[in-house]
Amino acid sequence: MKRMLLGIMLLAGIHGGRTDGFAAETGDLIKAIKTVGGKGEGHAAAIKSLKLLQAADASALPEIVKAFDGAGVLAANWLRSAFESVADRAITNKAPFPAKQLEALVKDTTQDARARRLAYEWLLKVDSGLDDRLIPSLLEDPSADFRRDAVARLLSEAETQLAAKKIDEAKATYRTALRGAVHDDQVKQIVAALKKQGETVDLQAHFGFLGQWNLIGPFDNKDKKGFPVVYPPEKEIKPDATYKGQLGDVKWQPLKTDDGYGVIDIGKQLENYKGSLMYAETKVDSPQDQHVQFRLGTANSWKLWVNGKLIFAREEYHRGMRMDQYRLDVDLKQGQNVILLKILQNEQTEDWAQRYQFQLRICDAAGSAALGKN
Amino acid sequence: MNRHLFHITIVLTCVCGLTGADWRQFRGNDTTSVSSDQKVPTTISGTSVAWKLGLPGGGLSGPIAVGDQVFITASSGPDQDRLHVISVDAKTGKKRWERQYWATGRTMCHGTMRNATPTPASDGQRVVAFYSSNDLVCLDLAGNMLWYRGLTHDFPNASNSLGMASSPVIVDDTVIVQVESDAESFAMGIDVKTGTTRWKSTRPLRSNWTSPAVIQTKNGKQVLLQSSAGLAAIDAKTGKVAWEFGDGASTIPSSAVAGDTIYIASNGLTAIRPNDKGDKPEVLWNDNRLAPSNPSPVVVDGRTYTLSRGGILIAGDAKTGEVVWRLRLEGKGRYWSTPVVARGHLYAFHDSGLSHVIKLGDKKGEILSEYDFGETILCSPAIANGALYVRGHKHLWKIADGHD
Repeated sequence: MKRMLLGIMLLAGIHGGRTDGFAAETGDLIKAIKTVGGKGEGHAAAIKSLKLLQAADASALPEIVKAFDGAGVLAANWLRSAFESVADRAITNKAPFPAKQLEALVKDTTQDARARRLAYEWLLKVDSGLDDRLIPSLLEDPSADFRRDAVARLLSEAETQLAAKKIDEAKATYRTALRGAVHDDQVKQIVAALKKQGETVDLQAHFGFLGQWNLIGPFDNKDKKGFPVVYPPEKEIKPDATYKGQLGDVKWQPLKTDDGYGVIDIGKQLENYKGSLMYAETKVDSPQDQHVQFRLGTANSWKLWVNGKLIFAREEYHRGMRMDQYRLDVDLKQGQNVILLKILQNEQTEDWAQRYQFQLRICDAAGSAALGKN
Repeated sequence: MNRHLFHITIVLTCVCGLTGADWRQFRGNDTTSVSSDQKVPTTISGTSVAWKLGLPGGGLSGPIAVGDQVFITASSGPDQDRLHVISVDAKTGKKRWERQYWATGRTMCHGTMRNATPTPASDGQRVVAFYSSNDLVCLDLAGNMLWYRGLTHDFPNASNSLGMASSPVIVDDTVIVQVESDAESFAMGIDVKTGTTRWKSTRPLRSNWTSPAVIQTKNGKQVLLQSSAGLAAIDAKTGKVAWEFGDGASTIPSSAVAGDTIYIASNGLTAIRPNDKGDKPEVLWNDNRLAPSNPSPVVVDGRTYTLSRGGILIAGDAKTGEVVWRLRLEGKGRYWSTPVVARGHLYAFHDSGLSHVIKLGDKKGEILSEYDFGETILCSPAIANGALYVRGHKHLWKIADGHD
């Protein structure tokens, strides 16, 4: 009975518009939702709180946006759903909508990038001029989605300038667009347009691909048995060391790539040693301690260590390779950081199963290069 | 009063079940691809298009129909990381609500696939949407989210760089998902009310795109999990394996069930009949000539129907495995969409968007209509309330006589 009364009181508080106790109650609901973790952790409390929060009126929306700060990826989706249910009902019922407060939060880059984008997309439903007001200023925003919109506008502007034979203006506009571009399709469009005007783009630098490595191998991976084997480079990185490899003694050797997308092609640059594995090592300097994303592409199995710490390991062969295939959260320390990649080739004979390649870049959460190329 | 309401609910539930009004998951309520609907059109043409709705993203997920709503999922964005769940008014074709989420798992797929590849499922009160990124969301029919799980978030190696395709099924109050890849594989039973895990079992470490099927046994419903290793029948509530068929099976077309017999894409097409003792099921027959390509087989009225790689519809005798007749439909491109059957007619959709309605005869099949939807179709349609719901890469169509 007491529990039922509490529920009725909470609902009354939320439906009854702003009251002194409202903020605290919304805060409690949000707090319960933010405890959601993996494997169903925290669901019991979160489900009850979400039901109440989804029933709130639109005045709760700014607080929901602020709540994304510190929310994990799962909790963010729970909060998102609460926001959408509340916003959808308010707009459908033509109820008061806190547009000014939400717009202020969208402009506030200290707020969570996902939440700002969410608020923006719902504001567009009630304010059709919002994109014209906001997007041009968001070229280098922490949100990849905002950057994409800003870049798209500049590309359109550059095409108009080209059509009017304003070549220098168009080139300048493309260069500006490139500053914000984090999606490969847009970058390709810019690069192609600039190339027509005789200009080149350093793609490795733009995306933050690492193009200079030291490699050692091959070591044995017959029958795919090498994945768990700890070969010497996993224990120590000694530039002058010699080890017994699969085909004889092996030593570290430098290998660089001029490929714009930083693809190190072991099969072409060295040899496609079937049933083998290689280690690739490089170093990057970070001006400060910072949280970054490592984005790896490879069709081979792999393990990645940064400063001796295993970041991730994956045993999958030849299911495709793409830029940014794997996104890994990494904490870099100020100064030198050592990156070690174990890359494994199996013995498949099909044409589509011959890649022995990888590409790795370091960027921020939006996909913008964090350090430049090494 | 409460008891009165309870009885009314039970009666309504039974009536809906008998008429097969809903189409609640991939291949329908009982995962057979067969509908008892008696009003669905037996030809498709431009005039039978009741409505056409543009979708906010791509997808290979099929539509499902629950009451007066049709649900569809989609994924959008340059990285396919925006997930959409959309409710459509079945009568008008207007969007009732849409909810979006951010993918928490890997979104990379083969070029022909999309993150929104698994078909959603419903228990009649809730909708469960699943994605290649192994994001699993449950909403009520009004669009209020009930819970959200990220299965790749929980098990980070559970992904496939070609994409995942297995659609969930709901049995009683358990959602069953099959998450199988080279790097990590499991099946999981999840409480549909709370989103918490009831059971998790290890599955073969091999990429797999098949979906669970459901078989009714004397001891209740069992869920059939297919993989390259074969087939395992499990209890939905506990995940406990009742029996296994270990002769290997395809990893793309899923098993079909008709009565007490299972038709599995293994050594061509193999018919097996489980027994009550939990022993290895009896193999009734197998025949290479009935091998399905990508679409799952359909078994109805004593006939098996499979689509060959060359675009030939093959009818087989479900008791003997003998080929009864063949009908060439379309040789260019491929079939991915599992056909559906109602009123003695089979509805097949080529990846080019070309549809065929075939009248299923004892000795031959007859093409009654060919209609080009004009865009890629890779998923299976739904049949509900006298209508066929067809999903292409960009649109959702309702096909109905008289546009009810």
